[in-house]
Amino acid sequence: MMNADFFAALTLSLGHNAAVVVLGCAAFGLAAGLVGCFVLLRGRALIADVAAHATLPGVAAAFIGATALGLDPRNLWLLMAGGALSAALGALAVRAAAATRRVRDDAAMALVLSAGFGLGVVLMSVVQSLPTGGQAGLSHFILGQAAGLAEVEAQTLIGLALVASVIAVLLFNPLRVLCFDEAFAAASGLPVRALDLSLTALMLLVTVAGLRAVGLILVVALMVIPAVTARLLTERLSIMAPLAAALGAVSGWVGASFSAAAPGLPTGAVITVTACALFLIALTLSPTRGVVAAGLGRARMGYRIGRDHLLRGAWEELEQLRLGPDAPFATAAIAAAWGWSGPRSLIAVTALRAAGLVRPAHEPGFLRLTPAGIVAAQGVVRRHRVWELYLTRAGGVRAFAAHRGADLIEHTLPPDVEAEVEAWLASADPAIARLAVPPPVEGAPA
Amino acid sequence: MNNTAALPIPALSVRHLTVAYREAPVLWEVGWATPSSGLVAIVGPNGAGKSTLIKACLDLVPRLSGEVRIFGQPLAAVRRRVGYLPQRASVDWDFPATALDVVSMGRYPRAGWLRPLGRFQREAARAALAEVGLADFASRQIGQLSGGQQQRVFLARALALEADLYFMDEPFAGVDAATEKAIVTVLRRLADQGKAVIVVHHDLATAPHYFDHVLLLNLRAIASGPMSSAFTPDNLARAYGGRLSLLDQAVAAAAGAPGAAPRG
Ligand SMILES: Nc1ncnc2c1ncn2[C@@H]1O[C@H](COP(=O)(O)OP(=O)(O)OP(=O)(O)O)[C@@H](O)[C@H]1O
Ligand SMILES: [Mg+2]
Repeated sequence: MMNADFFAALTLSLGHNAAVVVLGCAAFGLAAGLVGCFVLLRGRALIADVAAHATLPGVAAAFIGATALGLDPRNLWLLMAGGALSAALGALAVRAAAATRRVRDDAAMALVLSAGFGLGVVLMSVVQSLPTGGQAGLSHFILGQAAGLAEVEAQTLIGLALVASVIAVLLFNPLRVLCFDEAFAAASGLPVRALDLSLTALMLLVTVAGLRAVGLILVVALMVIPAVTARLLTERLSIMAPLAAALGAVSGWVGASFSAAAPGLPTGAVITVTACALFLIALTLSPTRGVVAAGLGRARMGYRIGRDHLLRGAWEELEQLRLGPDAPFATAAIAAAWGWSGPRSLIAVTALRAAGLVRPAHEPGFLRLTPAGIVAAQGVVRRHRVWELYLTRAGGVRAFAAHRGADLIEHTLPPDVEAEVEAWLASADPAIARLAVPPPVEGAPA
Repeated sequence: MNNTAALPIPALSVRHLTVAYREAPVLWEVGWATPSSGLVAIVGPNGAGKSTLIKACLDLVPRLSGEVRIFGQPLAAVRRRVGYLPQRASVDWDFPATALDVVSMGRYPRAGWLRPLGRFQREAARAALAEVGLADFASRQIGQLSGGQQQRVFLARALALEADLYFMDEPFAGVDAATEKAIVTVLRRLADQGKAVIVVHHDLATAPHYFDHVLLLNLRAIASGPMSSAFTPDNLARAYGGRLSLLDQAVAAAAGAPGAAPRG
C-alpha cells in the first residue's frame, strides 16, 4: 500500500494537491542546490545554518503579532516575512559579534544560532498558550511537513524557488569570480559588497522558502549536500552548479513522494536522507574523487610495480647466477632484493601466478618463469635498461641515480615516450638496440 | 579630451599619497609619475609598502590622502584598461575551476559579466594561457598545478584582460629560471606594444636588465626615474638602510663589473 502510494506520488498521480507539493519540493531542491554551490564556495554554509535557526523567533513573533492585531496568524507570507527578518538579523548579529574581535567567528555563530533558536522555542510556548495557537502547526516549521501543504503554499514555494534560481543564473559569472578571488573581483570593478549582499539575500530567500516544507533545522542540508555531492563528480563550476541543482531537485522530488505516501514522516528528514544517499553513492563511485576509483587506481599501480619488480628481480638474479631464463629462482632472494615483507611478496607471487607469469618450481620456495613470464621479463628489463642508458648518456646522470630514476618512472611511462627513447637508442647505439635485453649499465647496482 | 600629444600622459601618476592600516602610515606623501609605457620596477625591502602602493592605486585599500591618476584620469573611468596580478593570490585552491576557467575570468570585464563567453572570448583566453606556456594544462583543476604553474595561470588571467597598464606584484616569486625568462619575454612583448607594466621586483641584480624605469620605495618614494639615473648605490642604501657593501655588489653585478656574474 505504502509502496503503491510512493510510486503514485513519484509519478505525480496521487492527486493534484500531492503533485503540486512534490513539484514544490523539487523546485525548492533545485534552487537550494544551485544557490548552495555559491554559499558553500563562499564559505557561508555555517552562516546559512545560523540564519535558518534564527528564523524561528521571527516566525513565532509574526504569529503572535498577527494574533494581537487580529490578522490571520497562519498566513504563510506573514510567517515567512517574520522568519526572513529575524534570519537577516541573525546573520547581521554574527557579523557584528565577529567584527568586535572579542569573539571568534565560530563562537559568534554558535552563540547566535543557539540564542536565536532558544528565543524561538520560548516564543513558541507563548504561541501554544494563545487561543489561536492550539493547532498552530508552527512545529512544522521546525522539521517540515510538506504533505499538509495547501496548494497555494506549494505554489508560493515554486515561485520563490524559481525567482532564486533565475537570479542565481543571471549572477552566475560575477558570483563565480567573487567566490574564487574577491581581490580580483574588486580590481575588475565588480560591486563586491552588493554581490555579497545578493548572495546573502538569495540564501535567505531559499531558507524561508523551504521553511514550511523542509523545516528550519534541515533547510541548510539541501544547500550543502547536493553541492558537495556535485563537487565530487566534477572539477568545473559550470558543471557542478547544474548538477547540484539536479541532485537537489531529485532529492526534493523523492523525499516529498515518500512523505506524501506516509504523512507521518517529516519531509525535511526524508529529503535530507535522500540527498545523503546520493552523496554516499557519489563518494563511493565518483570516477575522479571516489573511494572505489582511488582504491582501484592504487591497487592497479601496486600490482604493476610489484609485477615489474618481481620479473626484473628474477631476470637479474638468473643473469647473475649465469642460469637460463627458465631456471628456478628463490622467492626469498627477490623479496630480499626489494625489501618486501612476507605478505607483500606473497601477494606479488600470487598475483603473478594467477596471471600465468610464474609457476612453482619442484624445490619448495623456488619459482620459475613461464614462457609468457620470460617474454614479459625481457620487456621489463629492456625498458629499465634502455631508460638507464638514456639517463646516463643523454641526460648526464650518474649510473646509480639513473637506476633510481629509471625505477621511479618506468612503470608509468606513456607509450609514445617509450617509443621516443627506443628511437634514441637505435640511433645512438644500434648494436645495443638490437639485443633483446641490453646489458646492465656499468656502475648501476645489480 | 587628452590631446596633449607634446606631453605624453604618464600611465600612472600619484601625488601626496598617504596610506595607513592602523595608526602608523605605511606610505607617506608618495609622489611618482611613470612613463606612458614601458617596464617599470618598484623596488624596496620587505614591508616597504610596495603592495600597499599598488592596492591604493587600485582602490583596494582606503587612502588617507592623495590623488591617483591613471592615464590622466581617475581609476573608475579607466578600470577596463588596468590589469592586476596580486602578490599571492589568496584563492580557494580547491575551487571547481580549471586553469582555462581561471584565465577566462579575465575576459568578463571586456565581454560583459552577465552572459556566457562567446567563442572569440574563449579563444582569447586559450591564447593567453598558451602565451605563458600552459596550453597543455588548460583542463587541469587549478589546485592540481605546481606553485609556479599557478603563478603563470594568474599571469595569463591578467594578460587576458588586455589592459594598457598592468600592476604585477612579484610575478617572479617562486618561479624557476626558465619560467622567469618566459615571463620577461611576455612583459617585453607588452612593453613593445606600448603598454605600461609596473612590477614589484626583489632581485636587485636583474632589475636593471629587465626594467627601464624604477621607483625605490620605503615608506616614502626614495627616488624614481630612468634606471640609469635612479638605481644608484646611494639611493639603494637609502631605500634599504645600511648594508652598503651588499648593495654595491648588487649594483656592480648589474653593471656587469668583473668578478660579479650578471644574471638574466
Ligand atoms: N592588512 C594589513 N593590516 C595591517 N597592516 C598591514 C596590512 N597589510 C600590510 N600591512 C603593513 O603595511 C606595511 C607594508 O606592507 P606591504 O605589504 O605593502 O609591504 P611590501 O613592500 O609589499 O612587502 P613585501 O616585499 O614583503 O611584499 C608592512 O609593515 C605591513 O606590516
Ligand atoms: Mg608585497
